[in-house]
Amino acid sequence: MGILEVQNVNKHFGGLHALNNVNLNVEQGSVHALIGPNGAGKSTFLNCLIGKLKPDTGSVLFDGQPVLGKKPHEINQLGVSRVFQTPEIFTDLTVLENVMIPCYAHRDGPFRVNAFGRVRKDKGVRDQAEHMLEDLGMKEKMHAHSGSLSRGDKRRLEMAMCLVQEPKLLLLDEPTAGMARADTNNTIDLLKHIGETRNITKVIIEHDMHVVFSLATTISVLAQGAIIAEGLPDDIKGHPKVREAYLGEAEV
Amino acid sequence: MVRFNDKLTLLIFTALVLAAPLILAPTGAAYPDLMQRFAIYGIFAIGFNILFGLTGYLSFGHAAFLGVGSYAAMWMFKLLSMNIIPALILSVIIAGLFSLVIGYISLRRSGIYFSILTLAFAEMSYKMAYSVLTPLTNGETGLQLALDDPRILDGVQAQDSLPSTNLFGFEMKEVFWNPHIFGYDLQFNYGYYVCAILLILSFYIAMRIFRSPFGLMLRAVKTNQTRLNYTGISSRPYTLAAFVISGMFAGLAGGLLATMDPSVGAERMQWTVGGEVVLMVVLGGMGTLIGPFLGAIFIKYFENIFSKINEGVVHGWFAYLPDWADNLLAAIVSPFVGKGWHLTLGLLFMIVVIFLPGGLVDGGRRLFRWVIRADKKDIGV
Repeated sequence: MGILEVQNVNKHFGGLHALNNVNLNVEQGSVHALIGPNGAGKSTFLNCLIGKLKPDTGSVLFDGQPVLGKKPHEINQLGVSRVFQTPEIFTDLTVLENVMIPCYAHRDGPFRVNAFGRVRKDKGVRDQAEHMLEDLGMKEKMHAHSGSLSRGDKRRLEMAMCLVQEPKLLLLDEPTAGMARADTNNTIDLLKHIGETRNITKVIIEHDMHVVFSLATTISVLAQGAIIAEGLPDDIKGHPKVREAYLGEAEV
Repeated sequence: MVRFNDKLTLLIFTALVLAAPLILAPTGAAYPDLMQRFAIYGIFAIGFNILFGLTGYLSFGHAAFLGVGSYAAMWMFKLLSMNIIPALILSVIIAGLFSLVIGYISLRRSGIYFSILTLAFAEMSYKMAYSVLTPLTNGETGLQLALDDPRILDGVQAQDSLPSTNLFGFEMKEVFWNPHIFGYDLQFNYGYYVCAILLILSFYIAMRIFRSPFGLMLRAVKTNQTRLNYTGISSRPYTLAAFVISGMFAGLAGGLLATMDPSVGAERMQWTVGGEVVLMVVLGGMGTLIGPFLGAIFIKYFENIFSKINEGVVHGWFAYLPDWADNLLAAIVSPFVGKGWHLTLGLLFMIVVIFLPGGLVDGGRRLFRWVIRADKKDIGV
């Protein structure tokens, strides 16, 4: 039994069969990479997992519970956090406030009118957020306006916002897309650091083979809406179908 | 740098509001009626800012809640008592319920579609007050007091004149102190102080909301709703709560308008009234604590004082000049004052929006920083 079980998921957009009987089993504690050429259906698949899209058929079980048809905030409350391709943060707020919001979501649930509490004096939540920022090396920036951070720091902040919720599953949608090599390596180090300090299952959708082979414990390959191969990184590297569909384009 | 903490801000605010009859005397705005309007529209704008300033949802429909509050208060005056307490309580409750319904429907959409939905609801309420709801609103004549109203709590009533609104016997209109200070004839009446205390209370509530986790969530809604939803927060109930709270503030303001002058017509629900509160908040500084109140004072001052400046007054300003210069200047200036006050207000509004996107508060801050910097240069820091 994996923590995430996807069975026979199909999704059509008009005449396009975007996902064709996709099955995926993500083991607890693994780093499962999903790779595939452009237009293979990776983002569609991810959107089906987090409640943004509803597949036509199939089932998705997270931790034994069905998640299809649930709203994004409900899926998050079950323990699934998501890192976006472009970091999604609250750019008008300070770094600390950004991290305090998921702390409140974790503590108070999806809705609670706490109109007479004081954010400044909420010691528990504040300490939790500060610890998180310290762990990711952002404590000295906690009073900065988050909109003015560099792209790498925005990514780091977004990770902090996801991790502070102590998720069971972390979904990463091309975490290094559009990054320079140095920033990419920083992100790999960050993810390795997270892997060492916390036992969180991760699903990574990624283009960059360097990132995939540095982090993944299992790899699934998606091409034209279907999973064509799955296995350990070393198996995937030499898999003829994968080379044909994808790796033939790039040196590994 | 001087840091205003919340206690100090509240203290200064309270002192200024309570001393308003004295402070406003030199501006010619210190008569009770106008000061009550400052306070009432201040409450309206402070409440509106909780929705618009924090969540960014722009409603054009808040006039409906103001009007509903006034009608609810009038019915209390007619049926129950001239005491303002039950009237104000009912205005807040009815406006709250009304905004719950309108908010629930309108908040299914965001951005321009939300604004249009609220606008449509306000116009619908306004037209209905004129037509099918005539038994409740008395249509075009408006709802007024009558000698034969039941007023069951007030007991036997004089039959020769209409009763006045009061707070446990203190008549709202009554001027309780009328001193002459610095050559000004000052008027302190109960009505203003009732409004002032409610204004201070509203300001305090808004301040607490701004600093609370609830307020943080509302600001997060404005910044990035996608992230908020993927962070496990359901944004809809938060926006609805903000909508209802701002609707209740509008209802309170509507009720207070009725305590000041116990009669209400449907024009109070017209969308221009809802548009005016948007102007107040933007002009003063949206999302700031004090801005909406400043904007309310600014617009109401223009409407009531600036609009009274006629050509005679303008000629008075330039009387020391030769006749031709006097006439020339008066001809240039007069389109901008008196009946032309909208022109000046419009120009000022444009200047603020273009050069001071943070409103008057932003202007104040920049001025403050500039003064501090100039200061430091002088002493060589």
